[in-house]
This record gives sequence, structure tokens and C-alpha cells, in this order.
Amino acid sequence: MPKITYIEHGGKEHVVEVTAGLTVMEGARDNGIPGIEADCGGACACSTCHVYVDPAWMDLLPAKEPMEEDMLDFAYAPDPLRSRLTCQIKVTDALDGLVVQMPEKQI
Amino acid sequence: MSGIVVIGAGQAGASLVARLRGVGYGGQLTLIGAEPVPPYQRPPLSKAYLKGDMDPERLFVRPKNFYADNGIDLRLGQWVSDIDPAAKTLKVGGDVLAYSQLALTTGSIPRRLPARIGGSLGGVYVMRGLADIDAMAPEFVEGRRLLIVGGGYVGLEAAAVATSLGLEVTLIEAAPRILQRVASAATADYFRKLHTDHGVRVLESTKLDHLLGDDRVRAAVLADGREIAADFVLVGVGVDPATALAETAGLKVENGIWTDALGRTSDPSIWAAGDCASFPHSSGRMRLESVGHAIDHAECVAQNMVGTGMTYVAKPWFWSDQYDTKLQIAGLNSGYDQVVERLGQGGSASVWYFGGKRLLAVDAMNDPRAYMVGKRIIEAGQTVQPNLVRDPTTDLRTLAPSAIGSS
Repeated sequence: MPKITYIEHGGKEHVVEVTAGLTVMEGARDNGIPGIEADCGGACACSTCHVYVDPAWMDLLPAKEPMEEDMLDFAYAPDPLRSRLTCQIKVTDALDGLVVQMPEKQI
Repeated sequence: MSGIVVIGAGQAGASLVARLRGVGYGGQLTLIGAEPVPPYQRPPLSKAYLKGDMDPERLFVRPKNFYADNGIDLRLGQWVSDIDPAAKTLKVGGDVLAYSQLALTTGSIPRRLPARIGGSLGGVYVMRGLADIDAMAPEFVEGRRLLIVGGGYVGLEAAAVATSLGLEVTLIEAAPRILQRVASAATADYFRKLHTDHGVRVLESTKLDHLLGDDRVRAAVLADGREIAADFVLVGVGVDPATALAETAGLKVENGIWTDALGRTSDPSIWAAGDCASFPHSSGRMRLESVGHAIDHAECVAQNMVGTGMTYVAKPWFWSDQYDTKLQIAGLNSGYDQVVERLGQGGSASVWYFGGKRLLAVDAMNDPRAYMVGKRIIEAGQTVQPNLVRDPTTDLRTLAPSAIGSS
């Protein structure tokens, strides 16, 4: 199973295995990792599952749909080069080793 | 031995117990649910789950081991029959449980059609729980005829799923238009067109008289005598707050279980959160039916149960998925006196509701930018000039409060 590293804003790291096919958001939820709220449950409707992705990984991720792009513009402290919504990233074997970092808060 | 007991294992109940543990409450904690499954998300039920696009495992709000891992006694498939506020006890599944504090997150109950007009015939469904969807899903077979009673969001979402699966769908709404209670005529126009373009027969100002059938429904008779044949019927005519338990416990009920600004009911040891509760709001009292509110209200109540003293401020937001349209709603439009429509690119649109000069709410159809800008403006207590919104050359981002992204 692909391993994903989630880093809380305070620096605490969680390395967990996430079943391929689930989203990076579901991986955090199912492992009780704080910092990703996902109030809408993964419908790309709320922007509270925002993370910063290590730039080395950005090219391996599925491209951002316009919906996600617009939602991210208004997330907390977005970074055009590193911000993604984790509900829109499906875990695949190619993402083994992915590192994501949580923002200070989700709005 | 007593601790906190939470009755109702939906989104609010799950958020409440998680937050209690999150803020360090280490006492005994019990979560009681009437359904046989752990807390799950309801929004996908009328969308991806009904369509068969979502595995049931993915609906759960928390992994199954979360409750045991966090010392939460999760009691599923159990009904609380009685609360004795004087003794601070309740009866559940043959046991008597003592509590020091109790929280009610009992949710809401879908309205059904009365049995005398055919509401209890086979093939007549409501959409609320996983069991409702699992029971109706086998009916969603290509070519079958579905009659939907009620033109609210649940009915419209079901119409979208059914049409996508190749069913023949008729939707009847007693009011002059769909979404009458919750949205402007402009928003209703958008969704009426969306559905009729997909082949749904939308009949407004059309009242049901009764359903026909022996064991199973086979047709509906309208108030004007017309008959509509149907293989099955979905009733989506709203919900009522689940207050029966609160009433028998002698708690004050006022459009839901009455709570103060902290979420406390008329009994100082009993709290309520989510769909089932009404709470004070600037313009009187309010009750909200949404997952965002269920989470926020429950988390606020959890904090207050350990003495934080946090006033609940609702930040209403909603969404709906129908075909390829995502509707996002920021704010609450009640009391609006002006509506401004804005057309975006590629069929996107938004409807902005004003009360006097104040922006109250935004309905955004495939327009997340309009939704997010509207949400930030409303939550910041600011407003915007209607003419700027109407002007298609206005870059919406320039209207957002300046503190965006850094507050």
C-alpha cells in the first residue's frame, strides 16, 4: 500500500499506509490525523481539506480541475505552486512516498 | 459512575464525541445510535451513493475502530426510551444509564405521506438513512417510472440520479414553483431548465391527492383528477426535528429542541446540537438542516460541555450536486428583498440575495468563485454593491474582504 506522510502545521509527522483508490483526504480521516477537516466529505464543496504538497510531487498529481482551482484561491493562505485539496487527489501506487503539509488552519 | 451520554449517532453526535476527546475530556463517554451502523455522512446518500458510485465503507465519518480506540462506548441499534432529568438517568436497551451531562443529537425525521392517501403502500420511499437508500436502490432500473413528490433539493438530487440511470422521472411540486421555500425564482428557473433539459417532467402548482395501488403503488391521482402512472414514488417534502424524546423529558421545544447560545437546553445538564436544535440568532431563533451546521454546532456544544463558554455563531453553507452542476450556497436568504443575477462563463451563474443593503446569501451554480467571495463577505459582516455584482466585467476576487487568506 502507498505510504503517505502528513505533516501537521506544528511539525508532527504521520506516516500511514493508504489504500490505492481512496483519496488523500480519506487517508487522513481514516487514520485520525488532525488538520484536514473535509466538512463536505470530499465533494469539492468546502475547501477545508487544503494542504501544501511538496513541489517535487506536484507533477505526479492529477491536474487541478477549474472547480478546485477556484476553491483554493479562497482557502486559508493558499500557495499557487503547492496548494491542493486532498479530496481531489486519488491515491495510486505512483504516489507512494507523497508528503503533504497542513496549513495553520482550515476555513 | 456517570459521564457524558450522547443520544443520536449521526454527523452531529460523531463530531461531538470526537471534539470532547479532542479537548481532553477523559471521563466516561457513550454514544447511542438507533441505526445499526456507525455514524456516516448523509449528503452522498441522495447523490453518489444512490447512483452506485460510492462504496458504503467510504460513507463512515470515522473509521470503525475510532470509537473503541478513543474509549467511546458506541451503542448501535439501540433506542433510548426514557430520560429522567431529575434522576439524571435514561433507559436504553434494557439498561439504565446514569449521566452527569447529556447531549441530544437526534437529527430530523422525514415527513411521510399519510397512510390514508397511500403513504404506506409498497414502493413509496423517503430519503434519510442508509437503510432508506438500500431499500430503494433496486428500484432504480433503466426504463422504470419514478414519481417524485416535492421539488426541494432532495427531490431534485434524486431526479438527477434517476435520469442519469435512464429512468423516466416526473416531479410534482404543490407550490407555484420548485425550491419555493429555500431559493429565489431565479435559482428555481436555473434548476427547472437543468432538469427539463435532462428529460425530467417538472409539474409545479401540482398537488397530489392520493396514491393508487393494492399492496404496491401503481399511480398517483392529482388534485385536478389527472392520473400519473408510477413504478415507485419518492417523497421529499421536508423533515421535522426529532424532538419526541426531549418532549417526554419535559424539555422546552420551540421549532426543535430549545437551546441557549451555548447549546444548553432548558435543563442545565442537557445539551442539544444539529438538526434537532433551535438556537438564538440575530433575528430571533433559528434551526438549520445542514452538515456544516451539524459539525460546527456539535463541536461548539462539546467545548461548552467542558466549560468553555463559547457562543455559537452559525455560518450557514450548503451544497447540492445535480448532473454536472454543483450548487453552493453561502449564507441564509431569509428576509431578502432584492435578488441580483450574475452570469459567469461556460454556463455558470450566481444569484445574490440582499436585504436592504446587506448581502444575505449567494446561490452559486458551477461558480465556486462567487460562492467563496460571497461566503467571505457574509462571514466578515460586510456587504457589496449590487451593481458591481451584476456587472460581468467585475473581477469577483476584488470584492472579497481584504483580510482573505491571512485572517
